[in-house]
Amino acid sequence: MNRINKVLNKKREILSIYFTAGFPDLSDTTSIIKSLDNCGVDMIEIGLPFSDPLADGPTIQESSTKALKNGMTTKKLFEQLKGLRKETNIPLIIMGYFNPIMQYGVESFCKDCELAGIDGLIIPDLPVEIYNNNYKTIFEKYNLLNMFLITPQTSDKRIRFIDEISSGFIYMVSSFSITGSVNSFKKEQTKYFERINKMNLSSPLIIGFGISNKQTYLDAIKNSNGAIIGSAFIKHLKKYGVGKVSDFINKIRN
Amino acid sequence: MKNSYNVDKNGFYGDFGGAFIPEMMHANIEELKSKYLKISSEISFKKEFDDLLEKYVGRPTPLYYAKRLSKKYNTKVYLKREDLCHTGAHKINNTIGQILLAKKLGKTRIIAETGAGQHGVATATVCALMGIKCIIYMGEVDISRQAPNVARMKMLGAEVKPAISGSKTLKDATNEAIRDWINNPVDTHYIIGSVVGPHPYPDMVARFQSVIGNEVKKQLKKVEGNENPNYVIACVGGGSNAAGIFYPYLDNEKVKIICVEAAGKGINSGESAATSVLGKEGIIHGSKTLLMQTQDGQITEPYSISAGLDYPGVGPMHANLYKSGRGKFISIEDKDAMEWGLILSRMEGIIPAIETSHAFAVLDKMKFKKTDVIVFNCSGRGDKDLDTYIEYFKL
Ligand SMILES: Cc1ncc(COP(=O)(O)O)c(C=O)c1O
Repeated sequence: MNRINKVLNKKREILSIYFTAGFPDLSDTTSIIKSLDNCGVDMIEIGLPFSDPLADGPTIQESSTKALKNGMTTKKLFEQLKGLRKETNIPLIIMGYFNPIMQYGVESFCKDCELAGIDGLIIPDLPVEIYNNNYKTIFEKYNLLNMFLITPQTSDKRIRFIDEISSGFIYMVSSFSITGSVNSFKKEQTKYFERINKMNLSSPLIIGFGISNKQTYLDAIKNSNGAIIGSAFIKHLKKYGVGKVSDFINKIRN
Repeated sequence: MKNSYNVDKNGFYGDFGGAFIPEMMHANIEELKSKYLKISSEISFKKEFDDLLEKYVGRPTPLYYAKRLSKKYNTKVYLKREDLCHTGAHKINNTIGQILLAKKLGKTRIIAETGAGQHGVATATVCALMGIKCIIYMGEVDISRQAPNVARMKMLGAEVKPAISGSKTLKDATNEAIRDWINNPVDTHYIIGSVVGPHPYPDMVARFQSVIGNEVKKQLKKVEGNENPNYVIACVGGGSNAAGIFYPYLDNEKVKIICVEAAGKGINSGESAATSVLGKEGIIHGSKTLLMQTQDGQITEPYSISAGLDYPGVGPMHANLYKSGRGKFISIEDKDAMEWGLILSRMEGIIPAIETSHAFAVLDKMKFKKTDVIVFNCSGRGDKDLDTYIEYFKL
């Protein structure tokens, strides 16, 4: 069974952490993964940096720009991940935009993901329909789950469709927002979480975008199977460096 | 049936186009897709659109026979005078269309990106006209090189927000506008300024701009007895003035289509915006098209002296015109474009925008016959570029 599904089956209150590969330094990728695993994080999203990350806010735009300046490339990331699976069993997801993947070749990319021990992908600008018609069989051939996003504007009908074709979790965008935009959840958001929960979807839900501290994490896991933290973690990395990863996680969890 | 060079029912031009968008934009794009044709073909919409184009924009714009140029190049040169539109460029044809559409969709807040500032001014203008709140994203670099347009936008009541990421030009302003839309999906309409972005934008903008080509047909028929010229020529940033003048001729292969790109300091200088030569297929701003990028798929930073052509992609219609061979692409360097700014000023008494100057430089690059009828889209006037011209020529 795919490592993502295993974690989803076993537990709720999942904590997933996003970071940008190659940030703060080019060679930090694997040590960040190992530290996150050591302090009990359940799942990791490795951001493949892109020059024009449309769905991301200033924090991730900045970490991506820095990572690219450091020399991060798709090929480089796969090189860095080589051998990592001997050391960790944590589910690994690559989050990246479609253009770099297209230039690498979708099939070559998926193949190298499997070789590197990647379990799934999140590609915000690859719409569900295009994935379903053109790429689903390739992803499946290499045992990669593809996670889709839903937002407060996604209609019930579309959510049902997404639920049907999802094999991992549904990534529930917390609000009308790009990443990194909010500090606390408002009433409408809680209402939206409740609306989705009432739909009794078969896919687990993980909430992301705007989870920045213990409070928003707790609010999120009340309404879902778990939460993804990105921008807040990147800010922490930028300020305190790779050595202090556990401080951040402990503040969220304890 | 013969292939058409226009959009197909799935939003593609050949291999190009579509809507590669994050889910956060899905509802808005879907709403536009399901309504833009219906709304824009309603009689009341058309009437209001045509009325504003006539009485507010000043259409039809003249088709001017450029006597001295024609004589010098021993051919027949016509200029479609979009520079005479209210606000000084073709951009307002599209913003009038989109603001009417936004109103029908019940939107109360308008955002737009701008490069040269012409689209920003055209958007700020229609927002003032309709009493709607307006926010314009503009790259920091462009803010400093197009100061007169920034001042105009402010005068018109728009808020100008600098885009400070990446190359700080048009591409980055577009990113910021898209992010704004993702954050404000309910009350906001995004008026894209060219035939770029996810479907249905390229088609929608091309339709609103098609008034240019449709007028040319009628005007040429009158003066030449034939609605078809031998050539239509336009500069291409994103491609909207080109799409507008090509529109009625797309599937009429007797009319040759010439797209003029900005070569910047030279194709191989590393400072260029000649997408057809330097670009590869990929995805930018939600559309599959030709774009300048690294081998690794990172979008590269283009360069052109003209802010309106300083974009690393072209619209999907143009990518298809290039790939299919239907359109011929020519790239013009800064120095030739600047020279033509002066030539047009001194030979015809028309000071063109630097974007527009690129198109005319083709006269030195191609051979035309005496009997050829050539129509240039004179897309905009050069008031906004006077500082750049004056500094360049030390006038
Ligand atoms: C006068 C003028 N011409 C051309 C352009 C290029 O845009 P497009 O290729 O969409 O016509 C601009 C853009 O700002 C412009 O101001």
